[in-house]
Amino acid sequence: MDVFLFLIFASIALVCGINVIVQTQPIASAISLIGVMGSLAVLYLLLGAEFIAAAQVIVYAGAVMVLFVFVIMLLNAGAETRRGRSFMVSLLGVPLLITLLGLLSYFVQRLFPSAAAQFGGFKPGTREIGRSLFTTYLLPFEATSVLILIAILGAMLLARKEVDR
Amino acid sequence: MTGVPISWYLTLSAILFVLGVAGFLFRRNVITVFMSIELMLNAVNLSFVTFSYQLKNVGGHIYTLFVMVVAAAEAAVGLAIILAIYRTRSTLNVDEINAMRD
Repeated sequence: MDVFLFLIFASIALVCGINVIVQTQPIASAISLIGVMGSLAVLYLLLGAEFIAAAQVIVYAGAVMVLFVFVIMLLNAGAETRRGRSFMVSLLGVPLLITLLGLLSYFVQRLFPSAAAQFGGFKPGTREIGRSLFTTYLLPFEATSVLILIAILGAMLLARKEVDR
Repeated sequence: MTGVPISWYLTLSAILFVLGVAGFLFRRNVITVFMSIELMLNAVNLSFVTFSYQLKNVGGHIYTLFVMVVAAAEAAVGLAIILAIYRTRSTLNVDEINAMRD
């Protein structure tokens, strides 16, 4: 059952991920990216990360992607024009990417050769996450609150319409 | 019943990351480039959660949470920058946004 669910949602994530980079319309890329995030949330559930799965759906698929879709529609972004890209990228890009994928896969196979994930094998609830967040990781947690405050101010400042003085 | 091999999760994460890099390199629309970055962050999140499962340590979940927070802040500021660029230059093509290169 685990393997079955993994294969279904991993293939959805892969197809949507490829779709993100081959679609010319930004809005189609955005919808595909929501598909990737939704199927990743199911994989988090399979790994026992319920809180992360909920946060993934709410924060990523909800808030961040709504922001993306909103900006795409606000700017009326159409299909991108296929123009000559840089020579170096078209020559070296694909071989380097395949090399990167090969290296990553090789080291990943070496890392945990025989380990397998059972559903429910490790299942920290919000209690453990919260305790860890407010004891061990208290300083980074407080730092992120400052970061978000700065991001709000920066976004307002940057997106503000210039007014004549 | 043996469960899903950990290396499958990590390989999926690697493939998604490389797809994100490919989008970052080959796409010309600044919004799509930005979405490729989000795809890479998601791929890394998957490997964090997988490591957290394998090492039976809740730290990976916390890091995933921090990555999400940083990604949300980054998306807000980045899209505001894209709005400002579009207002002044009326283009979304990264090849035409080259004022800092000249």
